Amino acid sequence: MPRLSYRKALNRALADELARDEEVFLLGEDIRVAASAVTAGLLKRFGPERVRDTPLSEQAFTSFATGAALVGARPVVEFQIPALLFLVFEQIVNHAHKFPLMTGGQCAVPVTYLVPGSGSRTGWAGQHSDHPYSLFAHAGVTTVVPATPADAYGLLVSAIRCDDPVVVFAPAAAMELRAEVSDPVPVPLGRGRVHRSGDDVTVVAVGHLVHDALAVADELAGEVSVEVFDPRTLYPFDWEGLLSSVARTGRLVVVDDSNRSCGIAGEVIATVVEQVRLHAPPRRVTRPDGAVLPFAPALDRAVQPGRELLRQAIAHVSKDG
Amino acid sequence: MSGADPIRLYRTVRLIRRFEERAIELVRSGHIVGGIHPYLGQEGIAAGVCAALRPDDVVAGTHRGHGHVLAKGADPGQMMAELCGRVTGLNRGRGGSMHAADFAVGVLGANAIVGAGGAIVTGAVWARRRRGEDLVGVSFLGDGAVNEGMLLEAFNLAALWRVPVLFVCENNGYATTMPVADAVAGSIVARAEAFGIRASTVDGQDPAAVHAATAAALARMRADGAPEFLEARTFRFDAHHTFEHAVRLDYRSPEEVARGRSRDPVRIAGSRLSAVERTAVDADVEAVLEAAVAQALAAAEPDPATALDYLYASGLTARTGGG
Repeated sequence: MPRLSYRKALNRALADELARDEEVFLLGEDIRVAASAVTAGLLKRFGPERVRDTPLSEQAFTSFATGAALVGARPVVEFQIPALLFLVFEQIVNHAHKFPLMTGGQCAVPVTYLVPGSGSRTGWAGQHSDHPYSLFAHAGVTTVVPATPADAYGLLVSAIRCDDPVVVFAPAAAMELRAEVSDPVPVPLGRGRVHRSGDDVTVVAVGHLVHDALAVADELAGEVSVEVFDPRTLYPFDWEGLLSSVARTGRLVVVDDSNRSCGIAGEVIATVVEQVRLHAPPRRVTRPDGAVLPFAPALDRAVQPGRELLRQAIAHVSKDG
Repeated sequence: MSGADPIRLYRTVRLIRRFEERAIELVRSGHIVGGIHPYLGQEGIAAGVCAALRPDDVVAGTHRGHGHVLAKGADPGQMMAELCGRVTGLNRGRGGSMHAADFAVGVLGANAIVGAGGAIVTGAVWARRRRGEDLVGVSFLGDGAVNEGMLLEAFNLAALWRVPVLFVCENNGYATTMPVADAVAGSIVARAEAFGIRASTVDGQDPAAVHAATAAALARMRADGAPEFLEARTFRFDAHHTFEHAVRLDYRSPEEVARGRSRDPVRIAGSRLSAVERTAVDADVEAVLEAAVAQALAAAEPDPATALDYLYASGLTARTGGG
């Protein structure tokens, strides 16, 4: 079976959608030369009208995409750095997201915002290492964080075809993954995936942390049976899928690369405890409150959710009750 | 380029004038909640610009946007219903004064965020021209917007990518209460010229002059695809927002207001008609607005159960806030 890298999966999704739909075009910085590699080869194949390099004007080109979408285009806007989303939060949340309701349904804004390399890139320090997916979930913008090459392909394709704005976070820590994928297919938005079945604890893991959760589940296999649930889409969240898992296991841990306050882990726990009587209080493993990733590698790692903290959390919820 | 029909220009400025006066009455009577930013005094700009546009051209307006929406051809009854928050409104009561939009006539929306429309209309025009349509766009903006970085970025994109957008700066002298002299270094037209955008200034109180300047700009734009910038000097006759009727803000002297109001676009446009013509237009406008107000007030208010309708074009249903 052919091996597909996460990065190549994104590239193939863009190429397939550009080929399928004339209304799809790409906007972003240094995308002609494919500085992030996800647009490699696309300029040559689709030309500069559809692979548009932009000046460093994130706010204007994000709203340019909104305008194009209002009249039926399907722009994909690439941001090389996750923190650029802070710069265009207004353009996405206050404009793209609000136009359909504010106009009483006169329009749609089908824009995809793609961040190839979200979260820590080790050594890129404070202003290049954020993972602000919870912010967009909070705002109600469709937000996906694919964990695998197949999901990277399938969710990006579905994002581009979606009639609403979608933010696609491709975690830097997942970008080099490879997997055997014969024929990648669209993956529906809002549908989670159980990567590993288990009976004792449900671990909800977001993005690249799915792989840490799977590794920990393997290690603990003799002691505790861990189910690893990957929501894939954070908003809208697959509550049905998660609740059916937790209803069986009765125990919940969430591992999430968000800052702790108002991060998606808090929402997951709140929603579950509103509806399921757990055997033990749930736990979450997150970045600290107000995290700024420090430069030195040991400090960078120290504020990211890691396997040791996940093991402790699983032990904790397994013990109680 | 022939001049605009004086009767049409007069009808538009008169319609906007009386629409705003009726809307202010409805603010006072409590039928319009939240208030409005009256376009009184600036009517000549929307009327002159939109008279030069084709139906397929698109415009993006501002928070002071009623004139743009009406001049581009939206139905006054649906517009008034929108201001009153009724289901028959342009936006089905979901947008209100600052977000009134009518995509069917090319109004991509009034916009509550200063300077936001420029990039949006640039993207819309670019995307439709890519399909072979030869439309142009207009981004209305105020003098306050020329200090918004996002708008300056939009100038750059429109110029670089040759997107024919006419940026119409309605310079009424004040960003809310901030005088232009205290806010704008250099000059307003020089902002556009710095990006290689052709820029000119026109008397915004004279709708025929605005029309002529716009028509000349659009002819150049349709020929070569480049954007242009038009500064229309104007004066806001009324408050920044109707809240100011209750809270007097001291930033314009009575003398300045009297001087500004002495050049009235409705009178200027009206002086080009015969008394008979003027009377006929006035009567027609009164009838239109009488019907607009009556229809708006008779229309149903939206059902609270539909508050989240239209939130997602994809059909996604949001969780409600209940316990």
